[in-house]
Amino acid sequence: MKPAPFDYLRAMTTQDALDALAQTGEDARVLAGGQSLMAVLNMRFAQPRVLVDISRTDELNSVRVDNEAGLLVVSAAATQGSVEWRKSLHDEVPLLAMAFPHISHFQIRNRGTVCGSIAHADPSAELPLVLAALGGDVMLRSKKKKRVLAAKDFFQGMLMTAREPDELVEAVRFPLKNPGERYGFTEFSARHGDFAMVACAAVVTNDSIRIAIGGVADRPVVERWPFLRGDELRSALNDLSWKLGAQDDAHVSAKYRRHLVRQLGWRVIEEAT
Amino acid sequence: MSKTSTNIMRQGEEQRITLTLNGRERSGHCEPRELLSDFIRHELGATGTHVGCEHGVCGACTVHIDGVAARSCLMLAVQVEGRRVDTVEGLAPDQTLGDLQQAFQRNHALQCGFCTAGILMSCADYLQRVPDPSESQVREMLSGHLCRCTGYTPIVAAVLDVAARRNHRTESREPAHA
Repeated sequence: MKPAPFDYLRAMTTQDALDALAQTGEDARVLAGGQSLMAVLNMRFAQPRVLVDISRTDELNSVRVDNEAGLLVVSAAATQGSVEWRKSLHDEVPLLAMAFPHISHFQIRNRGTVCGSIAHADPSAELPLVLAALGGDVMLRSKKKKRVLAAKDFFQGMLMTAREPDELVEAVRFPLKNPGERYGFTEFSARHGDFAMVACAAVVTNDSIRIAIGGVADRPVVERWPFLRGDELRSALNDLSWKLGAQDDAHVSAKYRRHLVRQLGWRVIEEAT
Repeated sequence: MSKTSTNIMRQGEEQRITLTLNGRERSGHCEPRELLSDFIRHELGATGTHVGCEHGVCGACTVHIDGVAARSCLMLAVQVEGRRVDTVEGLAPDQTLGDLQQAFQRNHALQCGFCTAGILMSCADYLQRVPDPSESQVREMLSGHLCRCTGYTPIVAAVLDVAARRNHRTESREPAHA
């Protein structure tokens, strides 16, 4: 299938993109890597009037470590591949390094952007889950103002975020590895690279557990516990599996999703302990 | 008139796009909504690139953009203005098969061949980055492609075979299991 007609703007600068979004707002979509948006356009699930292409906006194509703030800052046009193939990623943001191999396929990560996946906000996507688990944030910018939103305030539901129509996700920021923290990531899908039925990330310290679950609720859900083991941990995972409100769908039953939350939850916490 | 509005390409309007296809400068016309996969095949006549699902799942249309493997059905033709695009035709520039293609032939890594062009382009990029992959790495890389004929095993064998030869070994690093 082919996309419905649209006007096309190649933004050479961030200002070009912000001007276009200010003019067209809800009728515009930002095209970054296009690995979700182009499929959506081809299937005509969306028919925007204007596409604002930022894939060649050089000033939006950067990945940098801010040591002072303790953050990895990934700009809007930076591909997932450009982050994944960083030699130092395991030392910078280990949870990201663990999650990348689960994200679709290498050919898709070559073009797909980190910010694009965050802005798309698919509830089963890995990058929103990692951002939520680590307590990262999203930098939004419009022609009029800039603002920063914590991941928990940015994700508002299935494919829904707090981004205003005239705003660009200019960058996302992942907290760097904390020496006291250990990390785990796992997911289950029908085939490697498919959408996760359940995805699970954990951040464990000597006295706390943070667990984040994707693919069940309408957004990534993060829970914070003291350091639990054995039956206490099993019980907490069971409570969490019910709290997420799993639903039956064409692929898998709610019961099976709860089972996956309990099993994968146990596995990532073990991995991180 | 602001700079922004002059840069907008309106729907239905055609623009000339110039790119380097397999080392040769080529140009053609396209509307904003024309997919790169269609542009390569219909406007430039390079029909080695195949079009399967048109939503990024099957991998048949994989090409290189500035040397990097990507789905041509998930890109617009207008996005490759001034860029280097390589397709399967570029793997055999003098009508002689490249070593990767020869390995596919030796290992019977294709039957109908519909998926093959895309798989070859993925392998070509991947082997540049990971010159001596393990079987599981090859399988993970191939997970971005659908092949309905082979069951993948001979494809995995072909990739391990060409990697071994490029690394001057006579045996594959490990046998490809079903």
